[in-house]
Amino acid sequence: MSLNLEDVARIARLARLELSAVERETTRDQLNDILGFIEQLQAVDTTGIEPMAHAVDVVQRLRPDVVTETDHRADFQAVAPETEAGLYLVPRVVE
Amino acid sequence: MSDLINSSLRDLSAALAARKLSAVELATLFLDRIEKLNPALNAFITTDRDKTLAQARAADATLKSGDGATALTGIPAAHKDIFCTRGWRTTCGSKILANFISPYDANVVEKLDGAGMVTLGKLNMDEFAMGSSNETSYFGPVKNPWDVSCVPGGSSGGSAAAISARLAPAATGTDTGGSIRQPAALCGLTGLKPTYGVVSRYGMIAFASSLDQGGPMAKSAEDCALLLNAMAGFDARDSTSLERPQEDYRRDLEKPLAGLKIGLPREFFGAGMDADVRVAVDAALAEYRKLGAVTVDVSLPNSGLSVPAYYVIAPAEASSNLSRFDGVRYGYRAPEYADLAEMYSRSRAQGFGDEVKRRILIGTYVLSHGYYDAYYLQAQKIRRLIAGDFVAAFKECDVIMGPTSPSVAFAFGAKSADPVQMYLADIYTISTNLAGLPGMSLPCGFGNNNMPVGLQIIGNWFGEAKMLNVAHRYQKATDWHTRMPGGLE
Repeated sequence: MSLNLEDVARIARLARLELSAVERETTRDQLNDILGFIEQLQAVDTTGIEPMAHAVDVVQRLRPDVVTETDHRADFQAVAPETEAGLYLVPRVVE
Repeated sequence: MSDLINSSLRDLSAALAARKLSAVELATLFLDRIEKLNPALNAFITTDRDKTLAQARAADATLKSGDGATALTGIPAAHKDIFCTRGWRTTCGSKILANFISPYDANVVEKLDGAGMVTLGKLNMDEFAMGSSNETSYFGPVKNPWDVSCVPGGSSGGSAAAISARLAPAATGTDTGGSIRQPAALCGLTGLKPTYGVVSRYGMIAFASSLDQGGPMAKSAEDCALLLNAMAGFDARDSTSLERPQEDYRRDLEKPLAGLKIGLPREFFGAGMDADVRVAVDAALAEYRKLGAVTVDVSLPNSGLSVPAYYVIAPAEASSNLSRFDGVRYGYRAPEYADLAEMYSRSRAQGFGDEVKRRILIGTYVLSHGYYDAYYLQAQKIRRLIAGDFVAAFKECDVIMGPTSPSVAFAFGAKSADPVQMYLADIYTISTNLAGLPGMSLPCGFGNNNMPVGLQIIGNWFGEAKMLNVAHRYQKATDWHTRMPGGLE
């Protein structure tokens, strides 16, 4: 199956990427090329094959529930686009 | 000075330890070369002479006192701009991080700094490591020092070009689908991608977390072994870092190769490889037979599926990883927006380049409701088949060899208009990442237009010392790795 302009708009919205009308068209064509290329995976019989999520089979390490981080707020907020009184500022979301 | 820029790390280390050379002198030599040659190559995004020389002076103090000096103290290195480096601009080749001064160090940077290495600067790369030609960098493409009309490979193209042009004796790189090995091949140097989990990913800006692995790039296998000794090791801050005893990756360098079994996957020697690459790879295999190795035919029957499987798995992971770039906590924020949703989508649209956006969209699609099983889960099952091929092949051989790249370096623009063609540039390297295996590329001659050809060595899981041994013995018998591009000065 191939994507139409509405599909592209929906995917772009899910990905939080603004696309212009022109970009939607080129994106549709390029995504369809790439999806056409990965389509060959569908022909492979993978019955009974366990999906491999990671290169090595490791189990999540657990650590004692103690504080390990020190306060870096000033360092981290120094690179933020907009802060005030130690808070990150975004456009108003609650009226 | 030409002897210093071509010296091995071991020789530089000896000269520094004997105080025949100071770390400041050595750093200055490379900083001056960068100043002179980088404008034509664009290998570095950021340099900072004051910071570099301050580190060099500290290294000299350590060398003088002898207290805490290591084999790498005073040796300069440059970092791919994917490694967060405290106080340095760390861009990942993207507009979205163009002004990001990292508040912390990646584990790899911390370790190399701790060993006394001196940071020369931050190296150009494909944006978010997504590319095989360095043409996706927001900071412009890196030029191949062997021919500036050709790509250096990618994504660690800045690292490869810097070493090749002798702007740095050592560099860090990362490899998600071939990003250390392919540029090493195209620029004529030696690069190693370790087994997944050997080098910490902490502070290495994430692309595809189940595939990303950092590693060394240098002129020789011996240099890579020395660097890997300092880079590898368990790190609790990376949840997939492996708890294994520390290794000396130099321990087997000199072992004779008599009886070594080299597996040649027939899928790597098919129609995809250019004739000039084949000639150089065949000659390297003949050299290995002279060194006492035997070659055996092996098969990796599912390796043809590695590129399509990768282009489901890597974009899926990337779409998730790159959701953190939202214009709130760091990075670029669009100047104008009506509300929060528009601030996100506009900051991301203006901050990311085309290839990154394509991969985010592909990843979002294959993970979306109704398509997850057909694409993502199916790709993960095929990943298991690809890894299984290697398990079977390594029953027949000690290492696997083949070409690193199907062609020598190509011209700018040759593949950039067609994403799928560009993806196929990594046809021989991607399966290694999917399986989590270690891989190397080393120079093995020259092909069309006198451009370097890389031989790929794939090791068994945790077979780094074996691969380095196999590469080092070849480099003792040949001199391809000592060749340097002419006409740069």
